[in-house]
Amino acid sequence: MKLILNGAERDVVAHPMKRLMDVLREDLQLTGTKEGCGEGECGACTVLVDGHPVCACLVPLAQVEGTVVTTIEGLGDDHPMQHAFMDEVGAQCGICTPGMILAAIALGDKPSLAQIKEGLAGNLCRCTGYEAIYRAIARANTGRQSVRAAVPVNRRAGDRKVASRPDSGPQALQSGGRGPLAGVRTGTDRRKKPRATPDRRKPPGRRSGKKGRQ
Amino acid sequence: MRGAISSLSLVRPRTIHEALRALRDDNELVPLAGCTDLYVALNFGTLAGSKFLDLWPLERLRKIEVVGDGVLRIGALARFTDIILSRRVKTLVPMLVDASKQIGGPQIQNRGTIGGNIANASPAGDSLPVLAATDAVVVLASQDAGQRRVKFTEFYTGYRKTARKADELILAVEIPRVSGTQWFRKVGTRQAQAISKVVMAGVRSDTPRMAFGSVAATTVRVPKTEAALASGKSIDEAVKVFEKEIKPIDDVRSTAEYRMTVASNLVRRFWADTA
Repeated sequence: MKLILNGAERDVVAHPMKRLMDVLREDLQLTGTKEGCGEGECGACTVLVDGHPVCACLVPLAQVEGTVVTTIEGLGDDHPMQHAFMDEVGAQCGICTPGMILAAIALGDKPSLAQIKEGLAGNLCRCTGYEAIYRAIARANTGRQSVRAAVPVNRRAGDRKVASRPDSGPQALQSGGRGPLAGVRTGTDRRKKPRATPDRRKPPGRRSGKKGRQ
Repeated sequence: MRGAISSLSLVRPRTIHEALRALRDDNELVPLAGCTDLYVALNFGTLAGSKFLDLWPLERLRKIEVVGDGVLRIGALARFTDIILSRRVKTLVPMLVDASKQIGGPQIQNRGTIGGNIANASPAGDSLPVLAATDAVVVLASQDAGQRRVKFTEFYTGYRKTARKADELILAVEIPRVSGTQWFRKVGTRQAQAISKVVMAGVRSDTPRMAFGSVAATTVRVPKTEAALASGKSIDEAVKVFEKEIKPIDDVRSTAEYRMTVASNLVRRFWADTA
């Protein structure tokens, strides 16, 4: 089953109903994705599928065939959101942190506090009381670099380049038009982005480009 | 995870017709879509069935369109995010947008579908009172019998039991044009990420319509209370009728007494807010 995982094409051989989280942790040894509740309440296992946050504990492997999956490992270890979480002490025990960071990136650039709170409603943290997390996300968005820059999204298996998405918003992640992992550390987003408004948000999915069909 | 997957199988149709043929040929197939309920059961080892039919790639079932005279037709595979972002839904049935925003967090809204919410038949399903209060119609199809339509208020035949036959798929739900003021309220333990203790949808007009979740074995309308209000009775009198009409139960999430109090308050709030 082919998918683009953190910028690289992977051909995974596993049971089609195996949970994406177990495929990541057991078959691919990507243990950054954590299991919390196993029922879609806590968001610890949040990963991005085509740029949209989902709970990897509730996704069968078969349903990510041909999609672009981003886990915490896909950010490398020098992403502005990661630094902001460290600088603001937005992590204590750490189990919610990978999911928090991915959900935060999926919010798009410069979310309001209300958008941050709404966008993180599916991510529980039992240590920080959230304030430090909100500060971290605001801080990550103060730099010149887009928090979404160069995170690989919306690429189909077999494609050579990361496709850009012309619009985005709180639940949609936009590619900076850069290469996949190679750009994560240094990527800057030079293109002008439309302001993220709720109306520009796109629904998720493998073929979410059909705007006129809603 | 307490469920084992080695004994499970997944059929992956490429078209709706393939899916319908597969269901006709094997009545044990359980359709699955966003898996936000089904995989919770898998995780807890309480999953019913072992053979599944993956509807997720059937993009044609995600369509949200207006058919006929202002009838909003929502494909079974429309995700709650699709519904939240749809201008058509926002214009015609804004309370369905309100309801969809309160279903889980963004991760669940990105995966959960309205067809799944209907098929799962939980009495606490948050979109369901909206469908009941608007007199929605469930569109079903089978390979042999073609399409048929079932009133949403007749779709549930008991606790977690539906009128869907084993060889049928839910294709869409159709909501007739709503005249009147729409109102939706969910009461849970917290503002976000909570299963309803009581959930209500109402339409205020000359013939008021009200539907409730989590107060009975299925999502219910309250025709006697509606009739009382339609005939011009006061809200106090209507609430007395209402308190005899619903029979909430004690369970892990709440008590019958609490639910009765909250549900009655919701009726009053609905009536005051839409006056």
